[in-house]
Amino acid sequence: MAPRSISRRDFVKETGGLVIGFSIASSTIVPRLLAADALTSVATPSPARLDSWLRLDKSGTIRVFTGKPEIGMGVETAFKQIVAEELDMSPDHVEIIMADTALTTNQGGVGGSTSIMLGAKPLRNAAANARYLLTQLASQRLGLPADQLEIKNGIVSVRGDASKSVSYADLAGGSDLNDALKVTGDGFSLDVEGPGKPKDPSQYTVVGKSLPRVDIAPKVLGKWQYVVDVRVPGMVHARVIRPSGVGATLVHVDDSAAKQIAGYQQTVVKGNFVGVVAQNEWAAIQAAKAVKVTWTPPKQSFPEQSDLYKHMRTVAPKATKETHKLGDAETAIAGAAKKVEASYEFPFQSHATMGPGCAVADVHTDGITTVWSGGQKPHDLQKGFAELLHVDRDKVRVIWVEDAGSYGRPGFEDTAADAVILSQAIGKPVRVQWMRDDMHAWGAKGPAVLCDMSAGLSANGEVSALKFTSIAFSGGDIMFRPDAAGNYLGAQLTGIPNTTGVDEFAQFGSNTPPYSFPNLHAVAHVVPAFYGVASPLRTTHLRDPEGPATSFAVESFMDELAVAAGIDPIEIRIRYIDEKRAHAVLKAAAEKAGWDSRTSPRKSAASGDVATGRGVALGTRNGTYVGTIAEVEVNRKTGVVRVTRFICAHDCGLIINPEAVRTTIAANLIQSMSRTLHEEVTFDRDNVTSVDWRSYPVSRASEIPAQIDVVLINHPEIPSSGAGEPSSRPTPAAIANAVFDATGVRIRRGPLTPVRVKAALAAQEQHG
Amino acid sequence: MSRASLKINGQTHEVDADPLCPLLYVLRDNLSMNNPRFGCGLGQCGACTVLMDGRAVRSCTLPLERATGHDIVTLEGLGTPDKPHPVQAAFIEEQTFQCGYCLNGWVLTTKALLDKNPNPTDAEMRSALESLVCRCGSHMQIFASVRRAAELMKGGA
Repeated sequence: MAPRSISRRDFVKETGGLVIGFSIASSTIVPRLLAADALTSVATPSPARLDSWLRLDKSGTIRVFTGKPEIGMGVETAFKQIVAEELDMSPDHVEIIMADTALTTNQGGVGGSTSIMLGAKPLRNAAANARYLLTQLASQRLGLPADQLEIKNGIVSVRGDASKSVSYADLAGGSDLNDALKVTGDGFSLDVEGPGKPKDPSQYTVVGKSLPRVDIAPKVLGKWQYVVDVRVPGMVHARVIRPSGVGATLVHVDDSAAKQIAGYQQTVVKGNFVGVVAQNEWAAIQAAKAVKVTWTPPKQSFPEQSDLYKHMRTVAPKATKETHKLGDAETAIAGAAKKVEASYEFPFQSHATMGPGCAVADVHTDGITTVWSGGQKPHDLQKGFAELLHVDRDKVRVIWVEDAGSYGRPGFEDTAADAVILSQAIGKPVRVQWMRDDMHAWGAKGPAVLCDMSAGLSANGEVSALKFTSIAFSGGDIMFRPDAAGNYLGAQLTGIPNTTGVDEFAQFGSNTPPYSFPNLHAVAHVVPAFYGVASPLRTTHLRDPEGPATSFAVESFMDELAVAAGIDPIEIRIRYIDEKRAHAVLKAAAEKAGWDSRTSPRKSAASGDVATGRGVALGTRNGTYVGTIAEVEVNRKTGVVRVTRFICAHDCGLIINPEAVRTTIAANLIQSMSRTLHEEVTFDRDNVTSVDWRSYPVSRASEIPAQIDVVLINHPEIPSSGAGEPSSRPTPAAIANAVFDATGVRIRRGPLTPVRVKAALAAQEQHG
Repeated sequence: MSRASLKINGQTHEVDADPLCPLLYVLRDNLSMNNPRFGCGLGQCGACTVLMDGRAVRSCTLPLERATGHDIVTLEGLGTPDKPHPVQAAFIEEQTFQCGYCLNGWVLTTKALLDKNPNPTDAEMRSALESLVCRCGSHMQIFASVRRAAELMKGGA
């Protein structure tokens, strides 16, 4: 099939005309290409119209418009399947247009592993209504009632007489598919309803199949376009220069040396924001090094890193939330036959995206603005940039183009804001790309979290009470919805205050409480940020926000309770969670792993340097259940922990594309293993000092497990929940529990670096 | 600025650029060849990988003047949609990668490895790929792709 382009004219009527968006047509590979154009006012389409969601053209192709971007886990392919399913047509004839504020409704963007769970709902319903409408049209055309018609492969025919038929392509000219839909919710919860109802999942033929992802072949063949590849006429290149440390303010800029660099154009200064503009990228990089900026001394707002957790314990919390209170845990623990107590610590972590942030912005003097960004929430950016530019929201168009996997809010929105600030200042389209250290040092961070756990057990090992107390930096020191000017790093540097922070807590069983005990008390404290504005340690969402950190505590502690109770680690979990699906993932993982039911640590410890063990952890998150088993080797001499095998059983309800889910889970396991074994943001009193892949190491080829087994549990009768991040959650505890099983040593501070493990082993030997 | 001649994917290109400019920016900005991507600018991750005389090199740290006179192959020059290189075919078959931003390094380093060593052991494969970063964690599919590519390159089905 030849590639099709969306003609400008298709959009002129409603959107003021604008985009050229190509997608991938079945066998021919064409890069997703987006181009700028002059635009006047381009309002976001109304979700109340069917044609805001779907359009059918005369070739029989359905174009689907969704406010959801793809961030590398295959949702585009899943959307295709869902729409093709409802319309009984080939997915090859479904094209997905993603996340462009002028073309797609505001579905909130990507967040919380909800793109299928919530984001696909209106697509499914819109497709069902398109099918309903097309059936009505076919009924008129064929002169028979709708209930005598059937649809196969995009052709409506008379049941029992295939010679009487009409195709979607033939029907395309007959209606504009602009029927009114009833709208409920907004943003993430946006949904639509009409007379057409979706199929019963038992009828599915396309959903549930492992279709190849639409993006993989073009990516591997070098035919894909990322946001770094966007070029617009007249575009110049920029780099940013950040303060010398937290709180440093600008004294003086001297660009005389930069002027010697061919292609250098100018340095833009706005408060403490400094950007260097040049004709080409290399000149921008060199000029940014050549410009001499004098700063006041930084504020020394950070503690010594070694005092981080001490600081968190001693500083007064800025907010406290009691999330669970059942019975009287304190009294029950005090009177218990056996008492167990432990504290766990999990560090600041970087998103450390594969590509540093990159964006292109074109701000015209009349305020009409186009921004290309790989950020997860384009409609929020539209609102925030309108505020930043003091223009009406409809003048700002944000076009999402895929970037490196973002895993939350790594700084892509901040990069886009830099581009907006610079383009506004110089009146040209500007492409900004951060350097590696800009990303690692100045990108937002996942918050450090510590959890104190205590529990009481009866003489026969029954857990009667559990107390959980977390102390954490807020998961929303900058609000995770980037829809306000004060949210962006660059804007803060220009002097706009950070008014967008919220208190997000590290909660016991964040999103889904895992266990129930007769007495349960869970309290979460948020401590103030070290520095409130433009801080390199500002905190925000990183994949499964606070999930791996709190799970590290709760799921390690469950293991400690199993030891205290003298029972198997899987048995204790099943005993204290009354959820069949949780039991099922634990049992499925155990079966696949060949789990031998026993207590930890392993008794027959090997005499050599390398000890082996296995650990389990359960993850529950917004309707998804994950049971992960890690098998590890611990080198007693070096302290090196190596995961040799993961077994992960995963239940996210209805699975749309099993292979895409499987590869996403396998990748989750590796990434969360990396977070468990290596990742820790380092800092001194002024600055983040983990600035590249050496100072912030991640897992590499040599330490990838020999085997990963993913066991998918499909429940077509249960609506899909998320699969993007839940399997990141149990990994840290599964590994730490396996290390305990191997060595008898409990590591309660992440990451499990060789130095830390070695020290813990040495301490064990000392204390016998 | 000076004029330089580059042989890329079998074709000669004349460029005006700083001889010390890393090849990455020449490919991207002067020639609009987008596949090598900026990852770190430090040679630590491999997102900018190209082949130079069959060796996988980091274009982000390779000055233009050291690339002239050599055969450069980018991801796009490896195969075509109609006739993908066996390494590409293997990566597609295994549905490798999440975001794919890093893939120039993995695909081209695999090609360089298998050209030199058609039957790498597991340890040899890991060692050849050790200098690359995949932040998403697609390593299991990557390893399967390398093994599959080795089969395909030997003419296996």
